[in-house]
Amino acid sequence: MLLAFDTSTAAVTVAVHDGSSVVGSHAVVDPLRHGELLAPGIVAALDAASVSPRQLTRIVVGVGPGPFTGLRVGIVTARTMGAVLGVPVVGVCSLDVVAVGVAVDEPFVVATDARRKEVYWARYDASGTRLSEPAVAKPSTAAFDGPAAGRGAVLYPESFPRAVAPEYPDASDLARLVGAQRARLLPPEPLYLRRPDVAAPAARKSVL
Amino acid sequence: MADDPLVVGIETSCDETGVGIVQGNTLLADAIASSVEEHARFGGVVPEVASRAHLEAMVPMIERASAEADVALDDVDAIAVTAGPGLAGALLVGVAAAKALALSLGKPLYGVNHLSAHVAVDQLEHGPLPERCVALLVSGGHSSLLLVDDVTAAVEPLGATIDDAAGEAFDKVARLLGLPFPGGPHIDNAAREGGHITLDFPRGLTSNRDLERHRFDFSFSGLKTAVARWVEAREQRGEPVPVADVAASFQEAVCDVLTRKAVDACRATGAGHLVIGGGVAANSRLRVLAEERAARHQIKVRVPRPALCTDNGAMVAALGSELVRRGREPSAWDLPADSSMPVTTVVA
Repeated sequence: MLLAFDTSTAAVTVAVHDGSSVVGSHAVVDPLRHGELLAPGIVAALDAASVSPRQLTRIVVGVGPGPFTGLRVGIVTARTMGAVLGVPVVGVCSLDVVAVGVAVDEPFVVATDARRKEVYWARYDASGTRLSEPAVAKPSTAAFDGPAAGRGAVLYPESFPRAVAPEYPDASDLARLVGAQRARLLPPEPLYLRRPDVAAPAARKSVL
Repeated sequence: MADDPLVVGIETSCDETGVGIVQGNTLLADAIASSVEEHARFGGVVPEVASRAHLEAMVPMIERASAEADVALDDVDAIAVTAGPGLAGALLVGVAAAKALALSLGKPLYGVNHLSAHVAVDQLEHGPLPERCVALLVSGGHSSLLLVDDVTAAVEPLGATIDDAAGEAFDKVARLLGLPFPGGPHIDNAAREGGHITLDFPRGLTSNRDLERHRFDFSFSGLKTAVARWVEAREQRGEPVPVADVAASFQEAVCDVLTRKAVDACRATGAGHLVIGGGVAANSRLRVLAEERAARHQIKVRVPRPALCTDNGAMVAALGSELVRRGREPSAWDLPADSSMPVTTVVA
């Protein structure tokens, strides 16, 4: 019994998978309330599947890239549940989760909102296999004339003229991807891709 | 369990990742990881650096606390976590971990106030709190005087800093004197090693006019500037700066105001006990001066040992245990992290 969730975008999405199909799910789109929404979402998805936490055998979490604060909510939840329940925890690149939902027969890109007028992005071939490492860039740098999925494609049409669904990752896709053993698994470590914004203090200003 | 609830407490409001376990007023484990060294070169806590460190330290601290206490997490009665006030991103890591723990174990969750937890922790050291006490909470993020009639339900603010926190003033003056971050212990050491109180630095909000409006409030910004002016004037004249004397004189100004107002608050409210908590409570001069002044008015001072004064998970567990014992209502699964949680809210 697999519990999957992703908090790397404005969507807080949860799914429970029993090995053959998704048996419970829950999703809300709200960019600023991941900390409030994830736990109730997990409870709702488990309830919908009539599954108790003790029945879980594996946890999978989207590891971004994504805005740090929300991303950490998902990863610390996955790691803590895994440690307490004694079950393995794995990560999947969240761009790959968006890619699962793309229904086109040609190469495409996934571009999500990285804020600060940038996108998190990667290129995929026609079969949905990722061709580049996830990166953060200005939309003009990642620009692509073919199909582009993810919120970044919606936000920057001048760089991504052919926006396609889905706009956000769906944990049901994540669960199916892992359930079918087609996921490129990663350790449950956040893909921050940016260093913290810090500067060494400037010389002290004189008060005289 | 009714009298001695077994509770796990999680604290991530600033730069310490704390996981503590208590049974009633007995401390069983207090695991702490600190990211303070990663912040030192920036002269203050960098929120994103602290949040990243919390994520990495959380599961190791849960495991260490559970091993130290020698309890199975399945046996705990509740999970408590600091829900605020503090750094938003940092709080969120602890709140999410606490929810994950509580929902995995099927246990109630209590999102508690960091300041109330600083008061409640004294129960681990000195037993049940008196019916009424005044709490002086002083750290790098807070400087507050609270009237505590019931640490689980009735905490009233009497006053607070109107600018810098006391610990922040210690950090800034330490930097001015070329002492490392965090400044508190270094200033305390410099003052003890041959420092004399030779300089009369200002005591903020102590004039009669200020006392009318700010009887129990603090201000340390003017003090910090006065110290900077004095030091820079020395430097401009090419004279050496007597670091130990400046440290001792600055520390005296801070401790004088803190203890004077704390004792005044006890007398004004009829409280017979003064509880001191927060990182600055580890300051040796503050402890001595508080004891001296309180004793003159038959007020008892309760200060936990330094390891329990600074941020830790045990203090959160201590408050959680008291909440369970009193049958207080737990928090909901959508408990938010609230960076500016008011002191009057004990459980969110």
